[in-house]
Amino acid sequence: MVEAYPLNAREEMLQRIRDALHDVPVEPAAPRLYRPDTGLDHEGVLELFAETVADYRATVHRTDDSGRIAAIAEILTGRGLRRIAVPADLPSGWLPDKIEAVVDAGQLSTADLDAADGALTRAALGIAATGTLILDGSTGQGRRLLSLIPDYHLCVIDADVVVGSVPEAIRRLDPRRPITLISGPSATSDIELNRVEGVHGPRTLDVLLVE
Amino acid sequence: MTRAFLGLPGRRDKGFPAAAHHALADTQLRRNLRNATATIRAKRTKVVGELPDWEELREAGRAIKAQTLSNLDAYLEQLENAVVERGGHVHWARDADEACRLVTELVQATGATEVVKVKSMVTDEIGLNDALARSGISAYETDLAELIVQLGHDKQSHILVPAIHKNRSEIRDIFLREMPGVSKDLGDDPVELAMAARQHLRKKFLSAKVGISGANFAVAETGTLAVVESEGNGRMCLTLPETLISVVGIEKVVPTWNDLEVFLQLLPRSSTAERMNPYTSLWTGVTPGDGPQEFHLVLLDNGRTKVLKDEVSRQTLACIRCSACLNVCPVYERTGGQAYNSVYPGPIGAILTPAMQGVENAPTLPYASSLCGACYDVCPVKINIPEVLVHLRSEVVEHKRARRIPTPEATAMKAMAWVFDSPKRLERAQKAARRGSGIFARDGVIGRIPGPMHGWTDSRDAPAMPAETFREWWRRTH
Repeated sequence: MVEAYPLNAREEMLQRIRDALHDVPVEPAAPRLYRPDTGLDHEGVLELFAETVADYRATVHRTDDSGRIAAIAEILTGRGLRRIAVPADLPSGWLPDKIEAVVDAGQLSTADLDAADGALTRAALGIAATGTLILDGSTGQGRRLLSLIPDYHLCVIDADVVVGSVPEAIRRLDPRRPITLISGPSATSDIELNRVEGVHGPRTLDVLLVE
Repeated sequence: MTRAFLGLPGRRDKGFPAAAHHALADTQLRRNLRNATATIRAKRTKVVGELPDWEELREAGRAIKAQTLSNLDAYLEQLENAVVERGGHVHWARDADEACRLVTELVQATGATEVVKVKSMVTDEIGLNDALARSGISAYETDLAELIVQLGHDKQSHILVPAIHKNRSEIRDIFLREMPGVSKDLGDDPVELAMAARQHLRKKFLSAKVGISGANFAVAETGTLAVVESEGNGRMCLTLPETLISVVGIEKVVPTWNDLEVFLQLLPRSSTAERMNPYTSLWTGVTPGDGPQEFHLVLLDNGRTKVLKDEVSRQTLACIRCSACLNVCPVYERTGGQAYNSVYPGPIGAILTPAMQGVENAPTLPYASSLCGACYDVCPVKINIPEVLVHLRSEVVEHKRARRIPTPEATAMKAMAWVFDSPKRLERAQKAARRGSGIFARDGVIGRIPGPMHGWTDSRDAPAMPAETFREWWRRTH
């Protein structure tokens, strides 16, 4: 096949593009007249967030900072879960004593994680307009597979990282981090375009909003 | 599996009209499609209506894509540098063969004989699964609809939901027949079917060494790739394997990180009619300790630079593969996607396939439309599909005109021109036609005419010639 292509592929493709565009001026920068935010105050943003997250059949729980640990215990025991995978840098004391922590510092195998009942992580950001949680591997979030393999995910999000719109979130993210946007539990619409919750990702998603 | 798209040698394409005729007779198919497209249309209208700035987002999306395409070489080089800087490898493929060979070699270098795949239009376009199979590598489709198509030895019929033509009981039958270890009592409830797929694929995910994906967006500025999905199969394939190979068309590049804020609003609402799809993965090269430690990006041309060259067709490259145009198309709704005999079906396929592969290889596709314009109205990046359709139709005619032996249509048009050129000849022809049409007219209407005219009369009625022409009437009454 080498003989068929005298130029290397990279050079030839770039040359084809330059030939195609030789009489085409570079277009001006795009107009960005869309809304940068939702126009809501923070209280309104939080209300919208709780509403849109619940809309996608995640369960939303709300508490204040002093109630965080009790709320986590209540949610997990309410679901009847016993072994929960957590990232190594999750603040100690978040998990109640009666629940076994499966701590991942990068050493757990996929089989270890598959054997856990669920995962507990924080979120880096939340988007109210779309009901989205964003994990970027920063403190308390762990590796991407930690919140993926177990069948249950409890995500704790602090009110001060919930923003209104998609543009507000994108502008706060660091592209160098591995980023996952999560909007509700895993779902498919592949059978007759009916939405079915729970395919390969966690089938159940609980969100604890701490104000 | 059987895979038939345009340009594949050894398969005779009879064209859209013949395939559509066949599809229209399938009442089950039409019922499935009518239900599915009506559902998604209503949902889309609702979620798009939630955004007061939808038109501003569309205009931004269109303009970002136009700007990118007008400076594509620079953005691709920028993307390459950014990916390499973050520990990734970048490869360039001029066509499908070269891309398949590259990917096969990359998989072989890992020693793996199995790969897990994220749903990807571009790997369908290049026929990657078949190419891997020829080298003894099994590719497992992990998207539910792609799995249904793969297990059913079927063809894709929709960009977003490739198995849209199958209903739940047909899907259950496929699973019972083809899915190893599936319970014999499997019902046809979508939840039960989705759980069967989960169980079937779980082991594959946990043991896979190589993942293969496409990408919805590639950010030149940062080297970030984006995969937008719903089921979590994408996250599995992008996170668990040691090696990740992403095959990406060169038109998928966007200049800046902030451009994602536009497309992540446009795409989910247009495709699955959700405010946001369940999962979006964004990754930049290799992240130590998280996800695949070897990452290859294959940049694909395969006809895209040919489209870029054409001033009218160029806008086709802005497509973000949302499939909104399929769901609103009255032609698609009735014929389904397989009638297009093209990996990209529907209105976008009717322009993308002939533009990439040349109208000579898909001469009937530009006619697979009534030019109603619904596709243009819903397109999140404002591709003027009717304009490109008409442009490609003229190319089809030009192409035919260039042939040494003229087509019967061209000959007929020449004869018509000669007749219309002289009032005397026209009058004589009208009289002859009046006598002739009497043979075919029934109740004042000319129906199907056999012979070379059948192409025009099979699906349309023409009024019978009137008893006298305007000139005859004028002469008689003045």
